[in-house]
Amino acid sequence: MDLRYTDAKPSDDERAAVDELLGPPESGWEGAGRSVTDLRWARGGAAARDRRDLLLPALHAVNDRVGWLSEGALDYICRRLTVPPAEAYGVATFYAMFSVKPRPAKVLYVCTDLACAAEGSGAVCAGLEERLAAPGSSAPGGVVWQPSPCLGLCERAPAALLLRAGAAPGAGSGEGVPARGGAADRRPAAVGTRAAVVAPATVDGLLATVAAPERAALEPPATAAVPQAGDPGLVLLRRIGVVDPYSLDDYRAAGGYTALRRAFALGPAGVVREVLDAGLVGRGGAAFPTGRKWEATARQPDHPHYLVCNADESEPGTFKDRVLMEGDPYALVEAMTVAGYATGAHRGYLYLRGEYPRAYERLTHAVAQARLRGLLGPDVLGHGHAFDIEIRRGAGAYICGEETAIFNSIEGRRGEPRSKPPFPVEKGLFGKPTAVNNVETLVNVLPILTHGAAAYARTGTESSTGTKLFCVSGRVDRPGVYELPFGARLRDLLGLAGGPPPNLRAVLLGGAAGGFVRPDELDIPLTFEGTRAAGATLGSGVVLVLDDTVELPAVLLRIAEFFRDESCGQCVPCRVGTVRQEEALHRIKDRTGAAAGDIALLREVGGAMRDASICGLGQTAWNAVESAIDRLGAFE
Amino acid sequence: MTAIPLQPPRRLIEFTLDGAGTRVPEGSTILDACRAAGKDIPTLCEGDTLTPKNACRVCVVEVEGARTLAPACSRRAEPDMVVRTDTERARHSRKIVLELLASSTDLSTTPRAAEWIKEYEAKPDRFGPDAARVDEQPKIDNDLYVRDYDKCILCYKCVDACGEQWQNTFAIAVAGRGFDTRISVEQDAPLTDSACVYCGNCIEVCPTGALSFKSEFDMRAAGTWDEEAQTETTTVCAYCGVGCNLTLHVQDNEIVKVTSPHDNPVTHGNLCIKGRFGYQHVQQR
Ligand code: SF4
Ligand code: SF4
Ligand code: SF4
Ligand code: FES
Repeated sequence: MDLRYTDAKPSDDERAAVDELLGPPESGWEGAGRSVTDLRWARGGAAARDRRDLLLPALHAVNDRVGWLSEGALDYICRRLTVPPAEAYGVATFYAMFSVKPRPAKVLYVCTDLACAAEGSGAVCAGLEERLAAPGSSAPGGVVWQPSPCLGLCERAPAALLLRAGAAPGAGSGEGVPARGGAADRRPAAVGTRAAVVAPATVDGLLATVAAPERAALEPPATAAVPQAGDPGLVLLRRIGVVDPYSLDDYRAAGGYTALRRAFALGPAGVVREVLDAGLVGRGGAAFPTGRKWEATARQPDHPHYLVCNADESEPGTFKDRVLMEGDPYALVEAMTVAGYATGAHRGYLYLRGEYPRAYERLTHAVAQARLRGLLGPDVLGHGHAFDIEIRRGAGAYICGEETAIFNSIEGRRGEPRSKPPFPVEKGLFGKPTAVNNVETLVNVLPILTHGAAAYARTGTESSTGTKLFCVSGRVDRPGVYELPFGARLRDLLGLAGGPPPNLRAVLLGGAAGGFVRPDELDIPLTFEGTRAAGATLGSGVVLVLDDTVELPAVLLRIAEFFRDESCGQCVPCRVGTVRQEEALHRIKDRTGAAAGDIALLREVGGAMRDASICGLGQTAWNAVESAIDRLGAFE
Repeated sequence: MTAIPLQPPRRLIEFTLDGAGTRVPEGSTILDACRAAGKDIPTLCEGDTLTPKNACRVCVVEVEGARTLAPACSRRAEPDMVVRTDTERARHSRKIVLELLASSTDLSTTPRAAEWIKEYEAKPDRFGPDAARVDEQPKIDNDLYVRDYDKCILCYKCVDACGEQWQNTFAIAVAGRGFDTRISVEQDAPLTDSACVYCGNCIEVCPTGALSFKSEFDMRAAGTWDEEAQTETTTVCAYCGVGCNLTLHVQDNEIVKVTSPHDNPVTHGNLCIKGRFGYQHVQQR
């Protein structure tokens, strides 16, 4: 490899941001001043290339500090990590949260996705356009606002997120409500953030936050998103609101780390057997048996093994993983430790979506505390097993929730999915055997080990065991995360959330990649097999309730726009097909051209997307639209 | 032609291809098996010397038991697999892929595209006159080659050839996302400001003519490009001791472009700037 850099110079700030992450450069080859020895001794090369995976964190470092990625900053990062400048540019332009053009330090993301659109984000955007600036253009006060896909705050729709670049950590995202027993919020000062969440958002509220982000109102605690909080029947949500998310002692006092002790007593194979016997299947949407995945990973002769926790929750309407991570971060840390032990992995990557600053802050704190107390590190709990967790932040790309796209993203490449086979258990992260599990899946492992597989499997149905988290949003009185045993009816769930509205139009089940069910289908059992039999899917647990004030064509258009925006662009059926789908829906909505012809066109393109796309995004991009046409008679 | 060294013997595996039992060496792709059996599967992003990115999806076939179709160019044949290449589903996807591509890019210089569009009865026009197109102007920023990304199907071959599979220069990469994805150098700069070393290996592999010799681009613009009238002569490059094979494409007694045979075990079609572009001295210019 013979790399040529651009010689654009980084500013002092940019250099400092990178050096803070990577340490000072060691030689002229990496961008330090050139010394005599540098002329005799070439450094970098293989050693630096091994750090390619630090590319995304380095881009974040500069973006956090300066707000955008200049040519000089990119060039300096490339020198430090021996990354070809063309590739770094390709990576930087892949993620929505980065900009390679100058922009103000404050960026305001206003969610325009399904739940927020139903709750009036359109008016918020119109107000901002009138009183602030056009989207994407900088306004006085050093701010730019832009529409955003789902921010995972749907229970408080319409939602907005302000990110501020700069060196000093500020306030704005703290938890205002004291933890158990009225103890003060024990958030350590060092873990500051430069983010402010405004939800529900009003134009006035946003303008005030933009003007004085440090005075932004505190976010409600995570339990505010759990209407069932305190219910003794809760399993996964049981500690939310009960423990202080910053306190490891609280977590232990509430039963934390019993699962890990049991795991050490059972041994890795025993843990896998327990998870298999419990019948746990993945909660990320694909419903693959978790025990089989772990077993296959553990069995691979190639080493090292890796564990990846998929916390890139980006499906529109999904926010359960956020609530879990914000309200009970140690649970995820413990569950990952168990999973690492069972799969023979000594390193776990927690890939967290970039739009979750509060979860990032709390998990960072939790991981540090666990490390301090010997619950992570070279000798976990004195059992001789080494395991540690590294948190990686995404930067605004739905596709990075695809299990193989995550690998590319962590490795410092564009978040494009890989073709399968080979499957991750064989060749995953860094080409090594890898188990990828979603947050909710992992957290299920704790009750399985604490109470035993048999007890776990008694809840739910025969092929869907345990409980499931549902993200209820839209037109209900009590939106939020609900936990129900598998087998409950959709009607029961809606009842808990305040009942379906009298003028119910449809429920979107499973998110943008899922489908709609009609008001007369509310008896559909919420299990994997039950929804499948009814031609629907549980997907990631989205339950978006729409009444008849919502314009269905506009919802469909937003779904199409979402897929068009989020397609990685790698394969033709998805890259162009999602564009054609959106165009046809526009024509139908505007009633230009023959609707029948366009519906036929949608079906034909949709069929090819489903059959021939490389990954799940393209394969499911037509599901919701199809179900709206077939089940709701959307365009009749 | 240079002799190709013998590979160690490989195990044969058996599977069913369009109803007939087939045996191929282990590691063969379904496409290898199809070609061996004399079947003509359309391919665009596949290439003989690079690992295919299987991004175009025009070669999809049906594998029994699989939920989705499989790209023949990169799916390896497995024992007892049952593969059908000509089913309704496979043909439908190929047709749509051709329509999607032809409606968004310019396939006029893509070999065989017109033939396949006809065979699969693809109608790229049916997405209407407002269908989004790539819509790029040719980038003419140096005297050696032209990048006309309006013709690019994003097969990633030039990226792989410039990067780790051939040249190791890494001057070009993929930038942007979704429909806005483009092949690009750092900062989307002119080629002259990039890391490009003008080996032209990307032109060698480009399947659509999106990358072409400036000479070819100019002659096409002038309407004087006439492939029928060209002769091809393979010779040895005289510049240095490596001894790469050059294929000179000559029209009206003038060299109009230089390619290199891909089955040459030394170069696999790679050349450097001198061999690829340094032919004017032959014509005393
Ligand atoms: S289906 Fe879409 S997201 Fe998936 S690889 Fe293809 S272009 Fe990328
Ligand atoms: S320029 Fe040519 S080789 Fe490169 S991606 Fe486009 S079509 Fe493929
Ligand atoms: S093409 Fe370049 S490397 Fe090959 S023989 Fe000619 S001068 Fe040498
Ligand atoms: S936060 Fe707006 S739709 Fe989810």
